[in-house]
Amino acid sequence: MLEFQNVSYKADDGYEILDDISFKIGSGFVAITGPNGSGKSTVARLISGIIKPTSGRILFGGGDITQSSVTDRAKMGISFGFQQPVRFKGITVYDLLTLAAGKDLTERDACKYLSAVGLCAKDYIDREANASLSGGELKRIEIAMIVARSTVFSVFDEPEAGIDLWSFNNLISIFKKLYDDTKGSVVIISHQERILKQAERIIVIADGRIQADGEGREVFKELTNPYGCRFYKGGAE
Amino acid sequence: MIFDSLNREQIGLLDEISDASVFKGDGAYNLRLDGHGVMRHNTDRINIVPRNDGQGIEVYVKPGTVGETVHIPVIISESGLKETVFNDFYIGEGCDVTVIAGCGIHNAGDLESMHSGVHSFSVGKNARVKYIEKHIGTGGRGKRSMNPTTSVMIEEGGFMEMNTVQIKGVDNASRMTRAVVKKGGTLVITEKIMTDGEQTAGTEFTVDLDGEDSCARVVSRSVARGRSKQLFVSDVRGNSRCSARTECDAIVMDEAGVSAIPKISANVPEASLVHEAAIGKIAGEQLVKLMTLGLTEKEAEEEIINGFLK
Repeated sequence: MLEFQNVSYKADDGYEILDDISFKIGSGFVAITGPNGSGKSTVARLISGIIKPTSGRILFGGGDITQSSVTDRAKMGISFGFQQPVRFKGITVYDLLTLAAGKDLTERDACKYLSAVGLCAKDYIDREANASLSGGELKRIEIAMIVARSTVFSVFDEPEAGIDLWSFNNLISIFKKLYDDTKGSVVIISHQERILKQAERIIVIADGRIQADGEGREVFKELTNPYGCRFYKGGAE
Repeated sequence: MIFDSLNREQIGLLDEISDASVFKGDGAYNLRLDGHGVMRHNTDRINIVPRNDGQGIEVYVKPGTVGETVHIPVIISESGLKETVFNDFYIGEGCDVTVIAGCGIHNAGDLESMHSGVHSFSVGKNARVKYIEKHIGTGGRGKRSMNPTTSVMIEEGGFMEMNTVQIKGVDNASRMTRAVVKKGGTLVITEKIMTDGEQTAGTEFTVDLDGEDSCARVVSRSVARGRSKQLFVSDVRGNSRCSARTECDAIVMDEAGVSAIPKISANVPEASLVHEAAIGKIAGEQLVKLMTLGLTEKEAEEEIINGFLK
């Protein structure tokens, strides 16, 4: 479905963030992990089109989307949940969910999306998505927007960050349901052990290159090797 | 004059300011059209009296009036007409009423049309007033100017909420608002402005919080596009134990410019005053977020502006 062919990305200052990365992602639940600063978020930004590769190609559904705009990729069915949700003055949570869904939502539908992310819908639906909401609340709304879009390809950048008081099991069940509903790809960028454990496949990026890529359980075992480099969060059981 | 003799543009402007059907109903209203009061209706509790010089009205609301709305729009459809109108409002003790004012100019000609409305409010003890004012301009090349001046006196325990909107078509606007708030009184002002092209808009607030536990909140949200210019000036003076907050938020686009000059003065130690101002272009991350939902950059921009001015 999505393919990176020899993709490199250099920052404006010339620093090479990704160096010749290639992978294919089909349908399924895939985790991308790696140490801080390894280039994971850059992969998500390249997928959504916010930045363009310095070299290499990105294919989606067989077509070359390397130069496609953010809007075009969104219309093709790529969704991107930001690590740092954006605040808007005057735009309500309901407005955002409606824009995400791309159609008028009944209040009941909007409430369904909010309830799924553990928010009491009636308290939030008319609130502005501004600084009056906490980071954790906005993060859940960000995830609800991706669920409302329900596209064939969804990438979440550290969805667990800031969601302290909410159960991981709920978060994981949202990703599973999204996969069940779309039969597409759900890609999670995360260091969180409990998310990595659920992934069907794990891609490890470090120093701008792919260090490991394989079946989730196998790669997870490697990551938890006590002699290896442990950058993921969660600790030993 | 009867309602049915108004033309399509006039009714359109009335609908945007308030609701044209009001002028067929039995509530309190006064319609000023091209320099003359043409329709007026009083109720048992609200009495509208034209000034002797013809340049305005006096509105008397009996103490204890609750739930009534008075509509006093001004429509100018004559190119070149310039007028200054004085309207005085006397809101009795314990009232809870809404005043809907505003001016619509349809200028089909080449000459400048101008309306300067000077409003003075006396808000009685423990009375509540919601004042809504919309300014709209439509038509051809002739400039449309509006210069509203509002002075407000809020007596003990009184409350006034002022919502002013100037969204389109006004070439030059200069707004001046002065208020004195007495003990336990509250003033809430929300203004929304959008300018485009070569338009200019200036807005100046002076608020004296004289009474103990008085309170004021001034929120200005504006969008400046094209080559338009805006100036926001606020001067809030805490002369007693009081609290106040002013906010000026502006989105600046194209080659436009916005200046904000906020001043807050605590003249006694118990005055607690806050000012916040944020001026700049639309945040890039806001555009990108909406584009990842499938909106084009232009659509994202409109969505952000519409929300901001909602």
